[in-house]
Amino acid sequence: MTTTTGPAAVIDKTMAADPARARRWGWWAVVEHLVLRMRRYIATLLITGIGSPFLYLLGLGAGLGVLVDEGEGVGGVPYLTFVAPALVLASVMQTSVQENVLGTFGGFKWFNMFPAMRLTPVTPAQMAVGVQVGALIRVLPLLGFYLIAVVAFGIADPLRALALVPVGVLLSLAVGFLVMGWVSTQEHDRGQLSFVERFGVVPLTLFSGTYFPLDTLPGYLQPIGWVSPLWHAVELGRAAMYGHRPGIDLAAVHIGYLALLAAAGAWLSVRHFRRRLDE
Amino acid sequence: MISARSLTKRFGDFTAVDGIDFDIAPGESFGFLGPNGAGKSTTMRMIAATSTRTDGDLTVLGLDTNHHGPEIRAQLGIVPQGDLLDEELRVIDNLTVYGRYFGLPRAYVRRRAEDLLDFAQLREKRLSRVEGLSGGMKRRLTIARGLINNPRIMLLDEPTTGLDPQARHILWDRLFRLKEEGTTLVVTTHFMDEAEQLCDRLVVIDRGRIVTEGSPSSLIRRYSTREVLEVRFGSSRNEEAARTTAGIGDRQEVLPDRILIYADDGENALQAVLDRGLEPVTSLVRRSSLEDVFLRLTGRSLIE
Ligand SMILES: Nc1ncnc2c1ncn2[C@@H]1O[C@H](COP(=O)(O)OP(=O)(O)OP(=O)(O)O)[C@@H](O)[C@H]1O
Ligand SMILES: [Mg+2]
Repeated sequence: MTTTTGPAAVIDKTMAADPARARRWGWWAVVEHLVLRMRRYIATLLITGIGSPFLYLLGLGAGLGVLVDEGEGVGGVPYLTFVAPALVLASVMQTSVQENVLGTFGGFKWFNMFPAMRLTPVTPAQMAVGVQVGALIRVLPLLGFYLIAVVAFGIADPLRALALVPVGVLLSLAVGFLVMGWVSTQEHDRGQLSFVERFGVVPLTLFSGTYFPLDTLPGYLQPIGWVSPLWHAVELGRAAMYGHRPGIDLAAVHIGYLALLAAAGAWLSVRHFRRRLDE
Repeated sequence: MISARSLTKRFGDFTAVDGIDFDIAPGESFGFLGPNGAGKSTTMRMIAATSTRTDGDLTVLGLDTNHHGPEIRAQLGIVPQGDLLDEELRVIDNLTVYGRYFGLPRAYVRRRAEDLLDFAQLREKRLSRVEGLSGGMKRRLTIARGLINNPRIMLLDEPTTGLDPQARHILWDRLFRLKEEGTTLVVTTHFMDEAEQLCDRLVVIDRGRIVTEGSPSSLIRRYSTREVLEVRFGSSRNEEAARTTAGIGDRQEVLPDRILIYADDGENALQAVLDRGLEPVTSLVRRSSLEDVFLRLTGRSLIE
């Protein structure tokens, strides 16, 4: 029997922090934090995640698709086949933008996430990477539900559909890091945050060859598509899903462009995070 | 453990910390005492390696803070002035999430979080969201969070500001236990009683400079008398009364609302005031505190 009456020691001398492990896995701790936050609205996430693919594909396929296919489809494929990869990727872009606007701004201002992480071994670069992986954790199930719908509607065979996954991941990283690079410079929300969605996501979705081929637009509007990460992703997506010709030929260009955007956005984000977290 | 030489921080052309030197030994509890804007938090942030110094040298655990932030922070427990809790998460999640940032295994972090809930007396609040907690509870949670990595040094920026007296005493008791276990404590405060309770040694800091340094009792001995007599004559009459009290005790300070008379025997001094025919509205004899040291050194009170 021990004779101590006081409570157990506060500091556990048998266990110290592991800086080497934190250096390797800090970004994953960030992801864990984000997932814990997502659990609070998991029901909404699941319902929209499962519901919207089926609704969009059904709506466009049964409505617009019938109309378009009375001609000869688009570029030799039925409208639903043409539009499905674009719908998936537009949805990926929107989700990534949302996660990054809220995650980045909120992480600094609303829920103290980055300032608190700053008190630990986690570095600004790990925070930025963690938020992107957190966004992917929302993007991947969304891709999954879309792919199930695509296969269920008989739009593409499962293996080809699966090729959309890496395209979606690349797109999410490209737009995610770019959005983060800008949002991390914003100290106050004076409504400008919603501009990303209103003047970024919506026009890009309309002018990126999503619902109709880019070359049906007047020439002066087509450059919007060329700079749009969504257009490059959609070209890749179509190449993957039904062998869309220019998409295959220019695959390296599309992949390179998206990778370049992701790298530039990542560089900006880390720079801004570092500056903002050094008081 | 911590060593600073000519430590300086400038924001633009404003100098917040102006070339200060200090050394903190293992197991010591060390305080920065100073008024609002003195540069306490800025100094703490430089020690925590979350703020790059402008000039001078600063090492923590032998490592340069400008180059080894993550390695240094791995061994620190930081309690920032604003709690920086994720208020939308539950109490227990705030602890576990934070523990994982230190590279600690998940199972260990869970166990440790439970122990710290008891330490912070927050067991009943385990599954509550932080936003519903009182200020004192949040402060205790922040301290518990800072302990999750079993730090060798605890940095506490105004640990009890904004808390009621009872909550402050609970916190002091907790910190005292840490100190007894040999954890190095670095505390900032603008409360004299807190500095006297918690600190073995402290520096008084004002406008980014160290004004003096020593143990609380040695500072009081050096800069003040054993006792202080506070007399009030009503705000308009203090100046006038001061002309009559001149010469009583070792030294006097005339403040807008009262006169402080420094004397080793306060009751004697009071008798002398009455003997001169003055009738103070109120009078109080108390022990000298760090407040008096600060007043003596800067000519201003610590809390304006
Ligand atoms: N990021 C910053 N940019 C510009 N000035 C700053 C910054 N941080 C602090 N200061 C200034 O530096 C000075 C010292 O601030 P600091 O927060 O260190 O004071 P403090 O002693 O902690 O005060 P308090 O008791 O109010 O917490 C203040 O004048 C403050 O305005
Ligand atoms: Mg402060």
